[in-house]
Amino acid sequence: METQTAQNQLGATSKKERISGSEAVVRCLLAEGVDTLYGYPGGAIMPVYDELYKYQDKLHHVLTRHEQGAAHAAQGYARISGKVGVAMATSGPGATNLITGIADAQIDSTPIVCITGQVGSHLLGSDAFQETDIVGISTPVTKWNHQITRASEIPEVFAKAFYIAKSGRPGPVLIDITKDAQFEEFDFEYKKCTGIRSYTPAPKTDPSTVEKAAELINSAKKPLLVWGQGIILGEAETELKAVVEKAGIPAAWTILGASALPSSHPLNVGMVGMHGNYAPNKLTNECDVLIAVGMRFDDRVTGNLATYAKQAKIIHFEIDPAEVDKNVKTDVAVLGNAKESLQLLLPLLNKNSHEAWHQQFKDLYTIEFEKVINNDLNPSKEGMTMGEVLKQINAQTQGEAAIVSDVGQHQMIACRYAQFNQTKSNITSGGLGTMGFALPAAIGAKMAAPQREVIAIIGDGGYQMTIQELGTIFQTKVPIKIVVLNNNFLGMVRQWQQLFFDKRYASTELINPDFVQIAKGYYIDAKKVTQREDLEGSIKEMLQHEGPYFLEVIVEKEDNVFPMIPTGASVSDIRLS
Amino acid sequence: MEEKKLFTVSIYTENNVGLLNRISAIFQRRKINIESINSSVSEIDHVSRWTIVVEISEEQMRKIIGQIEKQVEVIKAFYHTDDETIYQESCLFKIKSELLFEERQIQNIIKESNARIVTVNRDFFVLEKSGRKSEVELLYRELKPFGIMQFVRSGRIAVTKDEMKITKMLEAFASA
Repeated sequence: METQTAQNQLGATSKKERISGSEAVVRCLLAEGVDTLYGYPGGAIMPVYDELYKYQDKLHHVLTRHEQGAAHAAQGYARISGKVGVAMATSGPGATNLITGIADAQIDSTPIVCITGQVGSHLLGSDAFQETDIVGISTPVTKWNHQITRASEIPEVFAKAFYIAKSGRPGPVLIDITKDAQFEEFDFEYKKCTGIRSYTPAPKTDPSTVEKAAELINSAKKPLLVWGQGIILGEAETELKAVVEKAGIPAAWTILGASALPSSHPLNVGMVGMHGNYAPNKLTNECDVLIAVGMRFDDRVTGNLATYAKQAKIIHFEIDPAEVDKNVKTDVAVLGNAKESLQLLLPLLNKNSHEAWHQQFKDLYTIEFEKVINNDLNPSKEGMTMGEVLKQINAQTQGEAAIVSDVGQHQMIACRYAQFNQTKSNITSGGLGTMGFALPAAIGAKMAAPQREVIAIIGDGGYQMTIQELGTIFQTKVPIKIVVLNNNFLGMVRQWQQLFFDKRYASTELINPDFVQIAKGYYIDAKKVTQREDLEGSIKEMLQHEGPYFLEVIVEKEDNVFPMIPTGASVSDIRLS
Repeated sequence: MEEKKLFTVSIYTENNVGLLNRISAIFQRRKINIESINSSVSEIDHVSRWTIVVEISEEQMRKIIGQIEKQVEVIKAFYHTDDETIYQESCLFKIKSELLFEERQIQNIIKESNARIVTVNRDFFVLEKSGRKSEVELLYRELKPFGIMQFVRSGRIAVTKDEMKITKMLEAFASA
């Protein structure tokens, strides 16, 4: 690998070399194995861009059309690869434009490092041109941040930044570098960070807690496992599969946990939460032992906490001690990395099958299929449904695609119906619910995993929040497939207005431009589908197309996503209509 | 709602710029008013110690300690009730010097309260008192009728009755 050699030659050095701060920034990135970064230049970061120009054969800088796009692209890159994504921006507005992506990465535990330029250190606090206190602004939404005012700080701070972003429960880190520190020369030497005395990435698993967990699971008649992104971040997919198979436990997932266990696995009983599947939600309030692994009992998952799994013993496998007993009181907390703790658990489990209990899931699935799924996937009405688009994509990609979804109705449909054969395939903004996430995230995902089919599924609202990234797609020719499910509405808000605000559709109807023309304006091949009979062929055409492709599908205007747990209701009060 | 109590939070941290922001943001985000806050060196070289007093439920306190400990530069955080700590506050009064000589009662108040005269000049004298908040407040109420030119009270500082095993933690890291 060329980049690997480059790392060794240019990265970690044993002897000191006199270089500028800005060159050191690039050398630190190479030493950390970075091959691609996303950003936007400007005054306060220009010295670093000058070095990127010199190092362009070793480090691929992707010019996005907005800094928010750079942050989301870095997230997409990280989510599909497990590596640290990198975004770069100038001071002031460049830095503040990163914030939405940083906040998204914080709540969804995504490892990214953001680098911002800052005005010269003698100007700090003087309200200089494009000066903003980005360290202050980003503090509540970063795992760690730091301002560099001397070039000599660069190697240590970068090493710490990558270590902190990736280790333990991952998260975003921001490094702010004053312009004078970029110009300053110093003796460069790079050492990777291997530990910080005030920071314990993952607590050591206490074997006695694993034993207690195993006892509860072995004596359970109706166990239910709910896994989250902790499985994917901890690369514990194999361990998860082994545990559920050995103990015969029905396993459900949170939105960010999707794809860690193949969709077709017989023990995969679907998604929990507000628009999740009927059976796992309903039976959360009937199981006798609830095993939560690498998930954080988000309010969209639990519904009303006062009526959430009150009958069950709760076991929580968790890397972040602050999550234990935060929302749901646990009976047994197993702290540590999911991979290691599940490895300890496996030999302690008895073989089991829980057939009668499984039958309950199957019976409820049948009800959901008849009342909801069948209508979504095989509609008899004239207008197209979002579900049938997903069904076509599943059929034609055989579940091998990575689906990058935005936020809203199409996201819930995508997560409910997309078939996943491999892990790290569902890339979406879960915790923050950031409209505009998908288009730039898909760019980053495809670049990190060029061998994978990457399909962005976006609503007509969210698409227009970062639509300018079509420019990035055109310029880089990154061959992503973009599917806009257009219902001319901010569909999820409209659904709530219909159900809870007496159909008063305040500011949710969109008068849209000609999306095909816009894509074509960026020289991206594009097509619009309005008739069901054209859907299959159009998706085929899209997938066979070599470069990037845009497909707009006109779907029914006022379809709703069901099942649904209304806000404040219990998981077992999930509605089918 | 669980009953609110007064808690003393003790936090051992690295001495880095910006940490005050990071820690206060944890309280601010949950709309919790900080009663007092103090930052100083600790018994360990290059390690800062924060003493924060808040009035919240124990459940909330426990969760917030988790959030504080999660911060990369926080070494360890604890919370204690008043019974579990020895705590003090300090205050300064600036009072007209003529009162000291004309009002006999003031001299008695100073004597009985164990307050200390820091300085006296022609115009004013400065009185210092350390103790519990209630003692400081009592002195304030007693002196108020005579006229106080300036008054200031510090945040609480506290040590715990139990041992805090920070040094051992840091030694374990250094030898690993």
